[in-house]
Amino acid sequence: MRKRCLETVYKIAKEDKSVIFIGSDLGKGTLDEFKEDFPDRFFMEGISEQHVVSMAAGLALEGKKVYVNTIATFITRRCFDQNVIDLGLAKSNVRLIGNGGGLVYAPLGPTHLAIEDISIMRSIPNMTVLVPSDADEMERAVKASQSYEGPIYFRVAKGGDPVISHPENGFEIGKGITYRPPGPVTIVSTGILTKRAAEVSDRLKAEGHEVGVVHLHTIKPLDTKLLKNIFDRSKAVLTIEENTTIGGLSSAVADLYTEWDGDPLILKRIALRDEFPEKYGSQNDILKHYDLDTESIYEKTKGLCAKVERKSL
Amino acid sequence: MSNITDYTSLGKEVRKDIVEIVSRAGRGHIASAFSLVEILNVLYEDVLKINTKDPLDPTRDRYILSKGHGCLALYSVLARKGYFKKDHLYKFCSFDGILGGHPERDRVPGVEASTGSLGHGMSLGVGMALNSKIDKNPYRVFVTIGDGESNEGSTWEAALSASKHKLGNFVVLIDYNKYQSYDKVSEVLNLEPYADKWTSFGFDVHEADMDHPEILSQILTKKINYNDEKPHLIICHTIKGKGISFTENNLDWHHKSRLKPEETKALIDAIMNEGAPS
Repeated sequence: MRKRCLETVYKIAKEDKSVIFIGSDLGKGTLDEFKEDFPDRFFMEGISEQHVVSMAAGLALEGKKVYVNTIATFITRRCFDQNVIDLGLAKSNVRLIGNGGGLVYAPLGPTHLAIEDISIMRSIPNMTVLVPSDADEMERAVKASQSYEGPIYFRVAKGGDPVISHPENGFEIGKGITYRPPGPVTIVSTGILTKRAAEVSDRLKAEGHEVGVVHLHTIKPLDTKLLKNIFDRSKAVLTIEENTTIGGLSSAVADLYTEWDGDPLILKRIALRDEFPEKYGSQNDILKHYDLDTESIYEKTKGLCAKVERKSL
Repeated sequence: MSNITDYTSLGKEVRKDIVEIVSRAGRGHIASAFSLVEILNVLYEDVLKINTKDPLDPTRDRYILSKGHGCLALYSVLARKGYFKKDHLYKFCSFDGILGGHPERDRVPGVEASTGSLGHGMSLGVGMALNSKIDKNPYRVFVTIGDGESNEGSTWEAALSASKHKLGNFVVLIDYNKYQSYDKVSEVLNLEPYADKWTSFGFDVHEADMDHPEILSQILTKKINYNDEKPHLIICHTIKGKGISFTENNLDWHHKSRLKPEETKALIDAIMNEGAPS
């Protein structure tokens, strides 16, 4: 996903002279083509996130669209004040591309786990937060960002993640995608977990249960229209996310629910706990540890289906 | 132009504004603004190429007050230059005013960046200076930082970068008044040898005694080569609270903002009688 993301930045840079790329200290060979073709718009600035973000903002205030890339934890936390003041307050057209969102860097341990990047970035006024499901969707997201005003945070997944998105879905920032129409139970998901949600829905459909699947690639601004439509049509909503329980997708959905005047419904979530995972292993190992593997999502959803169906008898 | 600028009168005018604003608003950093006055007067009278009728004229020089808490001096100068009406000064920090306790871009004409959180201005300025090179639009970027502000590590990240990019169109002016909030800079976090640090980071370093603003003016208009391959830095030796003997180097004035009418009068009388620079 990261590769496709950067390749797309290069693609849009070819047609748009205002596109600039800044990396911190990325791997040898990163975007060599970009550097060769547009040496005056390619920067590798060193391990200095605070400076990099403000410098990007300085360029953006002069009319440039600046794509900044480094590891998600560092691009969100290390320079958070810069993100707030020079991106959020300044409404600058800086796009932060955070590698290894969520648990991707599981083997590297807690210093590299971006388990709250969604929470903290969505807390910044004017910030847009994008969490694509796969490389194809990432490409569409980067293209959409070209003509978008204001700062954006892209959470980048590992790469090689199974593809669920289709070209006909399109990509509009702030608009969710309905993969399975809202049913008595609807799963609201983001990032790579949407693929799992769809698998769960298909399995339960074969067992006679209708489970909606809605993918929110944009966590902020939240697609409140779509969510209210789900609140209206579903009896239970399950949010699943690779972020802690504090401030992520489930919080956003619950926040909206506090403003909901329609019939009450059940809100449930599966998310990472508010803790530093004490395990290494792989991203999938830790996702499973927090019940975010397909089987656990299936069990939880099936339980919700049974509950909702019992109630409606 | 510099030989005819009357820094004494301009300095009095700005300091009087500062005291009047603080007196009405009941807030504001008097001493931090006082030490900046001559730097701003030199920049805005002798150096900066600006167009107040079109504050975003693409060819203008960019100026960032990175030590945003010195904004009272900047507001006074911007009003004098005609960026906005002087009435706005007296609505400082009020609910419907445009001038807050730290300067904001998009709200205040002439303000290039929202500052107040220290250690951002140099990096923003590096981005702007780089843009000038990319666009081959030969404007210059001037940034004023505080001495205490250079405690921030991001200052030195920006310094490395300015040097790497050979930004001759980038000028940092340090308001070296030698005091920060708690105590003397030398006590809180010593910066010396200050000039050597900047030289070793690749800057073309100058020092200016701000009791004689014409020295700074000479450096900026005659000595510096903006097509140089080195960014420039001027250590401006200023005095915190400059302009009135009883506010100079007196930490009680760093945060003092509630002025009784008789204090306001005493301050203004002192400014008009003593004046600055010497």
